[in-house]
Amino acid sequence: MTSPQPVVQMTGISIEFPGVKALQGVDFRLLPGEVHALIGENGAGKSTLIKALTGVYGIDSGTILVGGEERVFAGPARAQQAGISTVYQEVNLCENLSVGENIMLGHEPRRFGGIDWRTLRHRAATYLDRLGLDIDPASSLSAHSLAVQQLVAICRAMVVDARVLILDEPTSSLDADEVARLFRVIRGLRDDGVAILFVSHFIDQIYEISDRMTILRNGVLVGEYLTRDLPRLELVSKMIGKSLAVLEQLEEAPKRSAVHDEGATPALQAVGLGRRGSVQPIDLDLYAGEVVGLAGLLGSGRTEIARLLYGADRPDAGQTVVAGTPTRLRNPRTAMDHGIAFSSEHRKAEGLVGDLTVRENIMLGLQAERGWARRIPRRRADEVVERYIELLGIRPADPEALVRNLSGGNQQKVLLARWLATAPKVLILDEPTRGIDVGAKAEIQRLIAELAKDGMAVVFISAELEEVLRLSHRIAVMRDRAKVADLVNGDDVGLDDVVGLIASGRAS
Amino acid sequence: MSTDQISSRTAGGTPGVVARLGRGLRLDRRYLPVLGALAVLVLMLAVGQARYGNFLSGRVLSNLFINNSFLIVLAVGLTFVIITGGIDLSVGAVVALSGILAASLFQSGWPAAVVIPAMVLVGSLIGLVVGVMVHVFEIQPFIATLAAMFLARGLSYVISLSSIPITDPTIVWLSAYRIPVGETWTITPSGIIALSVVAIAFYLLHHTQFGRTVYAIGGGDQSATLMGLPVARTKVLVYVISGTCAGIGGFLFSVFSRSGYSLTGVGMELDAIAAVVIGGTLLTGGSGFVLGSLLGVLVLGLIQTIITFEGTLSSWWTKIVIGVLLLVFVVLQRVIAVRRR
Repeated sequence: MTSPQPVVQMTGISIEFPGVKALQGVDFRLLPGEVHALIGENGAGKSTLIKALTGVYGIDSGTILVGGEERVFAGPARAQQAGISTVYQEVNLCENLSVGENIMLGHEPRRFGGIDWRTLRHRAATYLDRLGLDIDPASSLSAHSLAVQQLVAICRAMVVDARVLILDEPTSSLDADEVARLFRVIRGLRDDGVAILFVSHFIDQIYEISDRMTILRNGVLVGEYLTRDLPRLELVSKMIGKSLAVLEQLEEAPKRSAVHDEGATPALQAVGLGRRGSVQPIDLDLYAGEVVGLAGLLGSGRTEIARLLYGADRPDAGQTVVAGTPTRLRNPRTAMDHGIAFSSEHRKAEGLVGDLTVRENIMLGLQAERGWARRIPRRRADEVVERYIELLGIRPADPEALVRNLSGGNQQKVLLARWLATAPKVLILDEPTRGIDVGAKAEIQRLIAELAKDGMAVVFISAELEEVLRLSHRIAVMRDRAKVADLVNGDDVGLDDVVGLIASGRAS
Repeated sequence: MSTDQISSRTAGGTPGVVARLGRGLRLDRRYLPVLGALAVLVLMLAVGQARYGNFLSGRVLSNLFINNSFLIVLAVGLTFVIITGGIDLSVGAVVALSGILAASLFQSGWPAAVVIPAMVLVGSLIGLVVGVMVHVFEIQPFIATLAAMFLARGLSYVISLSSIPITDPTIVWLSAYRIPVGETWTITPSGIIALSVVAIAFYLLHHTQFGRTVYAIGGGDQSATLMGLPVARTKVLVYVISGTCAGIGGFLFSVFSRSGYSLTGVGMELDAIAAVVIGGTLLTGGSGFVLGSLLGVLVLGLIQTIITFEGTLSSWWTKIVIGVLLLVFVVLQRVIAVRRR
């Protein structure tokens, strides 16, 4: 194949962080007018490679050619000037500014030396329109959902005449419609000759959008392939370095159905629990030994219900009943005292302390439960931490590594370990598998199933319905901030039923 | 969170753009703290007028500007720093340093054309040092500016321990000159300088890329860096601006007092911070307005005026009222921030 001159050519890139070899001699190239998927498990080095290209991290060895010239960017600003724009996984915009400003910041139109606000809003509106987003450019960014903020970030990347557009997990918080719209935009840009680097954990999406892919594993290059030449299963096995048989075994968990005895007392019960403007009053029973899945689209009230159950938000209707006794969960503290744990979907902001080590993060929950005055003996702490690092396969398996330096999936595992260490009776997991790779996902799913078998009541929230169906004993379907159905999972419940309920609010 | 803003319409029908631009004119929550400061100001004027009769006169209001012009300039400079999420404790000491430096230079016969720029530049220089400490060496702004405060105060003592009167004709003229506005209003050159500083700051913050970067840094400097904004330059510049404003403040204060004294402006930085906060700027950064800071200074000045009018009250009541007001405003800001979520 006669390939045009690559717009980006990285050769022999190595980067080392204290205690972590993030990249070892990785080669990577990006051609104009292609969508190139960068694939790998958590901690494989995808984000690090991107940050090396955009100048966020310095490289320890290797060369980077951009448009044929050797370049090392001093920072994202320089990379942007050279036509390399990035939309990061965690939306990196300023919530205190307006949507329009976030799009145009750094490229404001001027008039008489000052910013021309009218033109700015007008242009921002044009970019928003191109993505089919109908929002007011003058509105504050914080007023919008994560999905909208993500699209705004992409708008921002389009403002610079980008030769290279890097999308790091752009779809992890978008629903199907939004993904379709994003893909239309990506194809349009590709046809204009833009080189697009696309990082995603969704294999279907990779096959839908990408022309070529590069696979990384543990900081080492596995290979570069044309998407159409590489079957899915082979891709996955290259990614995680395990044989296909193991994978299939992980994927094929038997279906579960309700297991609680008639007349058993729910571990946690919501009776007409609701909060105005957030979620309409709903009933929900959680039994020991059961996984209850919350299915629904983004913004359907999934997270909101979880926050009410955990006492993070105050309900203005209904009550919570813990093991048969009506109990007011005034704050997360009280909820924890009653054995209720909540792992948030925003693991960075609402869960982990990046500057503490893995050990310290895991011990936080246990120490808080015990009271700060009574220190947990170091030996016991080491035991607990070691057990969970092994159980969950946290990588690097170093209790002293800073959580900040871990990849997203491993951070999620640390968060999970923290809650598991407190041995909760009720565990609420909000998107525990978002943004993590297939292998880790299967591990976490298996773990959840085991926890339930050992007698924990689990609430499982996920945007991936297949996952909800596979894991849950019962499924509560949410739609427009209300519960529309309560399904007992079994062989007769299929994906179509749940999708139908979400779409129409009625069984199809 | 809702997804209903994302309509499912395709790019085919675009009735949006024009209609969307028209909707921009509702009250933004961000303006609430500033409106609160304005409401307090109006309320105080109304109460003063009701109680003392001759309160709403041009003389009283003109004096408000004359007596507080230096504080206005300090508060404006601090607004920049506080919006980025920083703080500047050095401004009071810089006022003293700049004043005593000028007084001693005048004493040795230097002309005003040299001394006045020197007063301003000494502030800029200290600001630059602070900015470099904060940005390059990543020292907490609180500590860096605390160090600068001791440095500036110490230098003032080195220059002179006692108050030095200023007899330079330019300064004397500036302090005595009154420009009549209308029948009863007057304004001084100091007032004009202060209002010009407010106007320039307003332009910088709201109409230049530099200003927007200041806000972006307050929203999160990690994000601002990743957005490709000149974070380093901007962070240093806000301290230079604050230092420069302190230098100008020192100049205005020496015009006001016609002397330089090393004990000038002890605690003045805290008055300025109070004014900025009452004016609706969040100490956590990311949100605030220069005009709010102006209102904040006027509120503080008016408290003083009312207590003077009252006659029987000890002047320390000023501090008590400021404290209460500050608490109320901080609580108000919290309530707004929580509601927003």
